Amino acid sequence: MFSLSRKNVITLVIFSAIVLTMPIWLKPLGAAYPGLMQKFVIYAIFAIGFNILFGLTGYLSFGHAAFLGVGSYTAVWSFKLLTMDMIPALIFAVIFAGIFALFIGYFSLRRSGIYFSILTLAFAQMSYSLAYSVLTPITFGETGLLIARDDPRAIDAMLGVNQSASGMPVPSLLGFELGGYSGFYICAVVLIVAFFLSQMIFASPFGMALRGIKSNQTRMMYTGFNTKPYMLTAFVISGMFAGLAGGLLAVTDPIAGAERMKWTESGNLVLMTMLGGVGTLVGPVVGAWLIKYLENIFSAINTNMLNNFFDFLPDGVQTVMVTVMSKFVGEGWHLTLGLMFVLIVVFLPGGLVEGTERLVRRFRRIAGPSDEPTGKMASGRAGND
Amino acid sequence: MTNQKIGRRRLLKTMGAGFAATVASPLVFTGRGHAQEFCNNPGDKNPIIGFNVPQTGTYAEEGLEQLKGYELAVKHINGEGDGGMMNTMTPTSLKGNGILGRKLQYVTGDTQTNTDAARDGARRMIERDGAIMVTGCVTTGEAVAQQALCHELGVIYMSGLTHGNDTTGKDKRRYGFRHFFNGYMSGVAIAPILAEEYGRDRKAYHLTADYNWGWTREESIMNATEALGWETVKAVRTPLGIGDYSQYLTPVLNSGADVLILNHYGHDMVNSLPQAVQFGMRDRMINGKQFELIVPMFSELMAVGAGDAVKGIIGTQNWNWQLEDAGSKAFTQSYGAAYGEPPSQSAHTGYVQTLLYADAVERAGTFYPPEVIRALEDFEFDGLGNGPTLYRGSDHQCFKEVLVVRGNENPTSRFDVLNVIGKTPREEVIYDPAIFGGELGPYEPNQC
Amino acid sequence: MDAILAQLLNGLDKGGAYALIALGLTLVFGTLGVVNFAHGALFMLGCFCAVVLRQLLTIETVTVDPTQLSPWGAAVEVRTPLVQAWLGDWGAFLVDYSVPISVLFAVPVMLVIGIALERGLIKHFYKRSHAEQILVTFGVAIVLQEIVKSFFGANPMPQPIPTDLRGAADVGAWLGMEANQLTYPMWRLVYLLFSLGVIGAVFAFMRFTTFGMVVRAGMTDRETVGVLGIDIDRRFTIIFGLAAVVAGVAGAMYTPLLAPNYHIGMDFLVLSFVVVVVGGMGSLPGAVVAGFLLGILQSYASMNEVKEILPGIDQIIIYLVAIVILLVRPRGLMGRSGIMEG
Repeated sequence: MFSLSRKNVITLVIFSAIVLTMPIWLKPLGAAYPGLMQKFVIYAIFAIGFNILFGLTGYLSFGHAAFLGVGSYTAVWSFKLLTMDMIPALIFAVIFAGIFALFIGYFSLRRSGIYFSILTLAFAQMSYSLAYSVLTPITFGETGLLIARDDPRAIDAMLGVNQSASGMPVPSLLGFELGGYSGFYICAVVLIVAFFLSQMIFASPFGMALRGIKSNQTRMMYTGFNTKPYMLTAFVISGMFAGLAGGLLAVTDPIAGAERMKWTESGNLVLMTMLGGVGTLVGPVVGAWLIKYLENIFSAINTNMLNNFFDFLPDGVQTVMVTVMSKFVGEGWHLTLGLMFVLIVVFLPGGLVEGTERLVRRFRRIAGPSDEPTGKMASGRAGND
Repeated sequence: MTNQKIGRRRLLKTMGAGFAATVASPLVFTGRGHAQEFCNNPGDKNPIIGFNVPQTGTYAEEGLEQLKGYELAVKHINGEGDGGMMNTMTPTSLKGNGILGRKLQYVTGDTQTNTDAARDGARRMIERDGAIMVTGCVTTGEAVAQQALCHELGVIYMSGLTHGNDTTGKDKRRYGFRHFFNGYMSGVAIAPILAEEYGRDRKAYHLTADYNWGWTREESIMNATEALGWETVKAVRTPLGIGDYSQYLTPVLNSGADVLILNHYGHDMVNSLPQAVQFGMRDRMINGKQFELIVPMFSELMAVGAGDAVKGIIGTQNWNWQLEDAGSKAFTQSYGAAYGEPPSQSAHTGYVQTLLYADAVERAGTFYPPEVIRALEDFEFDGLGNGPTLYRGSDHQCFKEVLVVRGNENPTSRFDVLNVIGKTPREEVIYDPAIFGGELGPYEPNQC
Repeated sequence: MDAILAQLLNGLDKGGAYALIALGLTLVFGTLGVVNFAHGALFMLGCFCAVVLRQLLTIETVTVDPTQLSPWGAAVEVRTPLVQAWLGDWGAFLVDYSVPISVLFAVPVMLVIGIALERGLIKHFYKRSHAEQILVTFGVAIVLQEIVKSFFGANPMPQPIPTDLRGAADVGAWLGMEANQLTYPMWRLVYLLFSLGVIGAVFAFMRFTTFGMVVRAGMTDRETVGVLGIDIDRRFTIIFGLAAVVAGVAGAMYTPLLAPNYHIGMDFLVLSFVVVVVGGMGSLPGAVVAGFLLGILQSYASMNEVKEILPGIDQIIIYLVAIVILLVRPRGLMGRSGIMEG
């Protein structure tokens, strides 16, 4: 079970080190605060889970945000009804998201290609519309599901756990209150475990079977191989990762809103995975970080900050620079995002991770012949389409 | 490639070592907790506040207007410009030298009109930038989400444009404050004007956006019109953001109703109102009366977006630059000088909220949130454009006159599309906070 | 009875719009094999063709009157419309009919945009994976949106209907009902006729011209057509331009019904994909049938009588129908096998 190639172990160790040292290396990038680091880590889990489906089987789901939403709603309800402890919340989030994925996957996987994509999209959009309107008694619609001080919390009440005297109750882990950095480190550990699991899946016979389905499903079936249970398992695992990510969103910030299930969120996830590199192990993580970074840091830069930044320039040049740059940051951060998509696809085919590798390989070939066939990072890559 | 098998024990050991080496680092980074007795105490440094508004997505325009209001407020508080409403506000402790003698600074963010993005932005302002107060929004969803977050972190949140009853009702928080009016007040304020204009014998058909805000407004306006003697023929829910409302509009004319009330906001209203007009509703006589359309809450940008359809339509507003009082004039003057156009109600509420917060800190003599909150609660003031106003302590809702406006038949520019036709006095729109439930929660903050 | 008829009209009207938007998308899907996430942005650009034309026609000379000051302290501007001043009544007519005229304006503009996009970017992606096509076209869509936003802002820009076509027509009276039993906005009827006309024109073009024949052959078997020595690539450029034109004119004519803003394309993107896929990949008639089917079902699902039995059905009807159709018919209504299934 726990068999990994040496290369994978090295990748895992490096990956863990990078994740756990985030507060250090994100500092100069202006992103070393718990709120964003938690999002980095959680969306990385989300993207890793999505990659297990999309990267291994080539089935492009456009409805994964629904599982994220289900995970969040389940976790917040667990906070409201049972206990502020995160463990039951996460367990229920994963289970409910898994059941939901089983249902949607069972129907959607009857079709392939774009028909599959549209089926998942339709299920997710239905969930979103209903959560926003008709299901408001459960989801609290527009204003979102929030915890309140007078929620029942049956287990906490039974165990006589003291509700915090001041402020709102805070999610905890075995009595240890989570928030800020502790929340980040808990999520980081979960991410490392998730990454490890995804390595295991990529290297396992199960992963091989999925790749076989991706390269030629018909041939797999002719060999007497029943592909359906494999696909469904991959879909449910992927949905459970999304549920886990949704649960963690609620743990670090106890609110669940319907917007988390909208198609734009699913679309974001697809873009994250593609940007980093479909089918590579670290690609989706890199993609998730990049998009979240742009969304949170670039959007917060205003002309004031630009003026300070370009202060060293002569007045006229400063004004020009600030005017030009202000089109790309603040309210214009979407422009940067769009240009980045285009440039990366054009110049780094296969996404950031694979594209960079190709560049490195080409560079090496120019610098001197080498026998190294593949880069270290792309160990799990299975080829795309 | 050789597959080297490693045992579970060894792997756990490897991971454990890696984790142990890095787990010590949070202690290094969370060490700042000791120096302050509350979240983001500015200490001797300049205080920072965060302006979190939608800058992308469908409500970007309202958000950017609000941001202009905020930036102007910071200028005035810091003593730049002509001072605007700081000169007309009574009572005021603001001196034009910043807050507590320190220059006010600000950071900005983009909420994308999305609750998650709004909370991300607020957390960045609080955790990275050290914001002592966060403000801004254009929907109730954003307001409630940010308000709950700020309450958990112990930072005051001054909401922007939010009209749903929930913000200071079911979801009210000790750390959240709203200057803008709400659906209930719209209903009460518009009713007497409607009776005057359209009589007491009317049959109303409601089209309501199918989410919390739409429902609360439908309920409020329905109660108010039924108290007038109007009959509600039907209330139909329409999906949010559907764009084309034709399938909901066709049954209206044959339903026996002679008034259509559109409980839509923003782009929903920008689409549904012109489409209703295109269906010929305003040319029809039903039950011997002219068929009428009503939009209970307007903004200038919505009116511009609806184009000609808005002419003659009655609705309510929080504030309008054409008001004649000294505060409104001063604000319009200095906003116009800064940006070359008159301010919208979105800019106004942002500006006023910032001034009110700064003033409360000045009166409390400290940034310590519980003291600031007590200074804001039950604060009675005037000269900020809405006449005498009360920040009620029991739900943190401002009570002031509500404007009833009508779409201008002959606008001379895109700035005078709405005309003020009446003001409903404050006493009439006050209600018992208990009707919406909710709980403010404690003064004492959590540590952020 | 009149309620049923009215909803049928609504459904046809919606269906016309859906079909028109889906038509260009399915053309690009079926012939070029490109997943074009920028299709919504092309629709949006079409809307803004109408906006731009109106702004050009209503261009004004501005003279500043420094003696008068506005309440916010700026000098009052006196504006004289230029086109009316030059052309008199004829100019006023042009301004009044700016939306229908903008269709003529949109055709060359969108053709140029479409061809430029295909030559400059899309053609390099025919052989790339669908994932990369999605990424690049989505990027293009965002960039186009941001450019429009920086010129026109984010607020919707309403476009008026020509005076003669405003108000509602008494459709019921035409059918022999009592007066005012069934009225329907004139412009929606115009839009329905317009969409039928464009759909018919596209079908005729594909059916009766050599060009269309070659393209249809290319849709079925690109390699063989290439082997026969036909330059299919050049035709594909024109097809992409044609798809852009159809999306553009659909947008320009839709502006009086839905005030356009820079974001309007994204709101239609998901819907147009659903319509195309429900119709079946690679099938033009499929997209049209699916458009009308979804439009009509959506209208009927929104009737109060239906909503009372199934609350919230109008929120999800489109997706529900899509799911049922795709589960019953593996390739949508009229899809061919092997297209975008892998």
